Amino acid sequence: MKAEDVVRFCARSLSGYPLRTGLMLLAMAIGVAAVVLLTSLGEGARRYVAGKFTALGTHLLIVLPGRSETVGGPPPLLGQTPRDLTVDDAQALTRSSAVRRVAPLMLGAAPVSLDSRSREAVIMGTTADMYAVRNLEMAQGRFLPPGEVGRAEAVCVLGLKLKNELYGNTSPLGSFVRIGPRRFRVIGVLTKKGESLGTDLGEVAFIPVASAAALFNRASLFRILVQAQSREAIQRAKQAVLEIIRERHEGEEDVTVITQDALLATFDRIFKALTLAVGGIAAISLAVAGILIMNVMLIAVSQRTAEIGLLKAIGAPGKQIQRLFLAEAAMLSLVGAAAGLLLALAGHWVLGRIFPEFPLSVPVWSPVTAVSVALATGLIFGVLPARRASRMDPVVALSRR
Amino acid sequence: MIRLENIERIFEVGDERVYALRQVDLAVRPGEYLSIMGPSGSGKSTMLNILGLLDRPDQGVYRLDGRDATHLSDRQQAELRRHKIGFIFQFFHLIPRLTAAENVELPLTLAGVEPSERKERVAAALARLGLAERSKHRPDQLSGGQRQRVAIARATILRPALVLADEPTGNLDRTSGSEVIQTIETLNAEGMTVVMVTHDPELGRRTRRQVRMSDGRIVSDSGAAHES
Repeated sequence: MKAEDVVRFCARSLSGYPLRTGLMLLAMAIGVAAVVLLTSLGEGARRYVAGKFTALGTHLLIVLPGRSETVGGPPPLLGQTPRDLTVDDAQALTRSSAVRRVAPLMLGAAPVSLDSRSREAVIMGTTADMYAVRNLEMAQGRFLPPGEVGRAEAVCVLGLKLKNELYGNTSPLGSFVRIGPRRFRVIGVLTKKGESLGTDLGEVAFIPVASAAALFNRASLFRILVQAQSREAIQRAKQAVLEIIRERHEGEEDVTVITQDALLATFDRIFKALTLAVGGIAAISLAVAGILIMNVMLIAVSQRTAEIGLLKAIGAPGKQIQRLFLAEAAMLSLVGAAAGLLLALAGHWVLGRIFPEFPLSVPVWSPVTAVSVALATGLIFGVLPARRASRMDPVVALSRR
Repeated sequence: MIRLENIERIFEVGDERVYALRQVDLAVRPGEYLSIMGPSGSGKSTMLNILGLLDRPDQGVYRLDGRDATHLSDRQQAELRRHKIGFIFQFFHLIPRLTAAENVELPLTLAGVEPSERKERVAAALARLGLAERSKHRPDQLSGGQRQRVAIARATILRPALVLADEPTGNLDRTSGSEVIQTIETLNAEGMTVVMVTHDPELGRRTRRQVRMSDGRIVSDSGAAHES
């Protein structure tokens, strides 16, 4: 029997039972679509998080006061609080050749007011280098001026949301706002760059770190952001930071350095595992579809007993009949898988419409795996019915009407 | 053409052994027109199935065209069925989803004949049986007599030497029954050997040779005398 005749014969027998065929195709299609869509959601989540981290800045190291390591032993009853990180510590870090820029960050909250309007805002005391370290963008004006770190200049840069709440659509450049009890001249407005790691930069006011120290009457920094010279220099920069701080803190290593890459890699691993897990769960639905195909094919075999008997009587060997039923299962899975891919495409489009900023993306392996798993289950679960058909006794098969 | 020697076929029903055929000897020459008659359960259908290689005897030897057909593999038997034997059934056994032409085409498709040649042969076969206008109809759009003639066209499309008919008119009214019998007799006149199982005595009388069976044995055979 020629291949194209096998295909035509199977197509006729599949289209001869539209409801049954339709249900099997639906099951297959849902399985394939689930695999593709779920893995693409997982991959999208991974990219989303990766994107958020990159938005934080490049080759970034974050220095936090305190050790995050947990060590055994009794709790520190007698004041073992770590030393504060200071602006001088931050300045000292620039000594290392692996470090390109350093931006100290002092954090506080204070009301920002203009005339009678007042907003509670996050105040970030920092230096001009923050602009490059964090990849900030200006909507208007300029960022904090470079210069002597110790100078408490009374200038500030507002987040876009904060500016809109205070000024509406008028330009704030050159005017004065009150932050706490002090007056600051507005020299710039940030663009709407969204949030990064929980802090909405729209509701922030940046002021020079010395001004922040005076405002909050403290010397300790919340973080020091360090930008390494290059990706390769990140590890060197981390070592240098630890050494310099230890030296300055009388031999105590009382800071924690987080590298952005390490965080990113961890999240990357988590999300990859997640994607695989979700894909695996979806693949189970494919297996279920396979079992459904087996079920329906078994019913088909018993319904088509007379046909099988006839095929034997007009000279089809058992092997040929087995091939016919296997070909039918394969066609079902292939058409079902194709329908599933179309379904996934449609779902993808709809999701893209609903969440435009979510970076949905289909990893190449997922449709390939989905289709091959579909085909494999179709064939594996098609074997049993096909063998049953080929072993049918033609005398019994033909004796029924 | 056909030579059965000491054929036995035993079915096991529970603990009992039921003899469907016992010590059956039969010889059929090419071109014969033969009916096998007998009450239900006399073994005539089993005999036809063994002749058609759908069933294997437990004992004895079946020679088809001088060749031992008893011990062939599934594939070789299928090959013989395809090219040497045509079956006609009481219930037609047409595939309901296929048109008359497609049903007739099926043996050619299985044999791997080229599509263009298939179309020609199918059209010719249908025309010969007066079904040319019905070729695009599905079985449920055909009358009983037409269905049986489509089945005959299918059985003979590969010009088999042996036609086996199992109660070919059992499901038909008188008029279409006699049409079908005429068609079968034409095939015989063209040289095909016809073996027909029936319990219609009138039909049996029309054949040139009658074999009567009872209880798994041949009890009378009008043509046995001039066996070659």
